[in-house]
Amino acid sequence: MSSIPYILEERPDTGLNNARLGIWIFIASEVMLFGGLFSAYVFLRIAAPEGDFDYWGSKLNVPMATLNTLMLISSSVTMIMSWASLKMKQFDKYKMYLGLTILFGIAFLCVKYIEYTSKFSHDIYPSSSTFMGIYFTLTGLHVLHIIGGLVVLLYFWSPVSNRMWKENPDLLANRIEVTGLYWHFVDLVWIFLFPILYLL
Amino acid sequence: MSTDSHGSIEDQVKVYINVFASLIVLTLVTVAVSYLDISFIEAFFLAMTIATIKGGLVLGFFMHLISEKQAIIWILASTVIAFMILMFLPLVSMTDHTSLW
Repeated sequence: MSSIPYILEERPDTGLNNARLGIWIFIASEVMLFGGLFSAYVFLRIAAPEGDFDYWGSKLNVPMATLNTLMLISSSVTMIMSWASLKMKQFDKYKMYLGLTILFGIAFLCVKYIEYTSKFSHDIYPSSSTFMGIYFTLTGLHVLHIIGGLVVLLYFWSPVSNRMWKENPDLLANRIEVTGLYWHFVDLVWIFLFPILYLL
Repeated sequence: MSTDSHGSIEDQVKVYINVFASLIVLTLVTVAVSYLDISFIEAFFLAMTIATIKGGLVLGFFMHLISEKQAIIWILASTVIAFMILMFLPLVSMTDHTSLW
């Protein structure tokens, strides 16, 4: 039994356990990170020559980005279903839904890889224009968040989760809940990135 | 999460499926709207309105913000205020540059 307090039980001062309080504070800091870059995007767009962002934006692949949006939304619902499965004591379903979440995440990265390499093959790089600079910065940072999330998801899909499920199922449910909050946030960021970069 | 019993989780699952369907429809609407022949400002506000609704669905139901504790609400509220300041900084810069103030 761990000696660290409030891992599962709620703190008397906030009514939250450590993990949930911690992940929400982390998400708040992430909002500011992406918020700063969104602000930079607006600033650069306002200062750009007329039609510059429209021209470079037209070089992006909307159908592929739409596909990616649908896959990320699907990964969010499979993520929450994996947590719900644990709450309903259905470990096999948890593994299946978490596995699907991982597959959707990997598929997202594959589509992004195709998008990036397509741009590079046409000699389009971050240095090509202001739009491409902010496009690669925003989407690249988002991709890093997806990769980070996938590492955690793979950990909880590995045999570690079997052992945790046997020893302390509530702890596993708590960890998946917290991981899910992060994953939904990554989905949330993409929900705003998609129209701003691809459709406007 | 505030509701952990088996029955209530099953009810929540139905909500998740409905939210999922709504998000798919709203994504397709976002793409369809981008093909409308409207000005940039109109397109911007339309796209941001739909994105905000989608974001609200994810935050409210997938991230359970609608049943979250006050401490979290206050953390996020202060973040939103700081975020809005960040978003308005370019606007202030623009009005300053164009001598509107």
